[in-house]
Amino acid sequence: MNVESIWLACAVAAALAAVCGIALGLAASRLPPATNRLVEQIDALLPQTQCGQCQFPGCRPYAEAIARGDAEIDRCPPGGETTVHALAALLDRPVRPVDPVYGTTQGLRVAVIDEERCIGCARCLPACPVDAIVGAHRYMHTVLAAQCTGCELCVAPCPVDCIAMRPVTIAAAARWTRAA
Amino acid sequence: MAELLLLALGASLVNNFVLSQFLGLCPFVGVSRRFEAAAGMALATLFVLTIASGLSFALWHWVLQPLGLEYLRTLVFILLIAGVVQFTELMVRATSPLLHQVLGIFLPLITTNCAVLGVALLNVDKQHGLLESLVYGASAGAGFGLALLLFAALRERLETCDVPAAFRGAPIALVTAGLMALAFMGFAGLGSR
Repeated sequence: MNVESIWLACAVAAALAAVCGIALGLAASRLPPATNRLVEQIDALLPQTQCGQCQFPGCRPYAEAIARGDAEIDRCPPGGETTVHALAALLDRPVRPVDPVYGTTQGLRVAVIDEERCIGCARCLPACPVDAIVGAHRYMHTVLAAQCTGCELCVAPCPVDCIAMRPVTIAAAARWTRAA
Repeated sequence: MAELLLLALGASLVNNFVLSQFLGLCPFVGVSRRFEAAAGMALATLFVLTIASGLSFALWHWVLQPLGLEYLRTLVFILLIAGVVQFTELMVRATSPLLHQVLGIFLPLITTNCAVLGVALLNVDKQHGLLESLVYGASAGAGFGLALLLFAALRERLETCDVPAAFRGAPIALVTAGLMALAFMGFAGLGSR
């Protein structure tokens, strides 16, 4: 084997990689984008608490249901009036109050674990849609306030009722708005 | 024509890629827990196998052989398969979002399915022509799909069976796969090729 054949092998492999890359790039730019624009837009307006109060598994499925026309825009208590107005403007549907069937709108709140009473059962961990609870089996848990969306899903599974929802402090609320 | 038919029969049943050549075992065990998922995987693999075997034929005969770079085939075929899989995903996503939702996560997984590389290499080893390569790839994919669907159906039934604790999960699945391989040996007398 001489040096030229090594160069040739490198050149062929590189050329093939380049052809594949260019073809894929072209295909990606020519083909229409996959995701439904409307679903994206609706999803962007939802509060992303993933709380499931709308009876859908999360914000994205709810956005898909709205886009399909299967759901009304009044099912999002965490988003409240703001979200309803934004959705109504986007979809050209009438503004209506949030249906109390799905819950009531409250201010921004986060879950707080009473660490004295936590028995470390880990049942709240899988309930959290955003992984904001830190802890392991038989160790005390705590909530990362910056990640918590206030969805209340961890409250029900707790066997010792040590999780409470507290209003967000002004500093935390400011951070939350910035992040959003 | 009869030649091609025999080839297809051989690749899909007699020398079934999963059950007698033991290629593509990871998706066979990994994606067979639910029947719908298995069906999606089977379809996607069939598609990729057919396209990849055609393209690898072209690459082998028109690039690697003229340049005397036969030893590069493993590398080049893997690159090609990865490209085809990516392209397939783009195509499916653009043309049929519904199918993309069903196949979604299984499409990229095919890159690591050794049956795809196996078909490309076997096509070279057996000196198949273009049409033969395509038929071989498609029937290998069909055989893979058949084995996967049968296995998934069996595993769904096993879920409700009273399996001894030590055998639950992977052990009973592997025993089942072994018995299926035994059953597929029954095809061995069918026009061996």
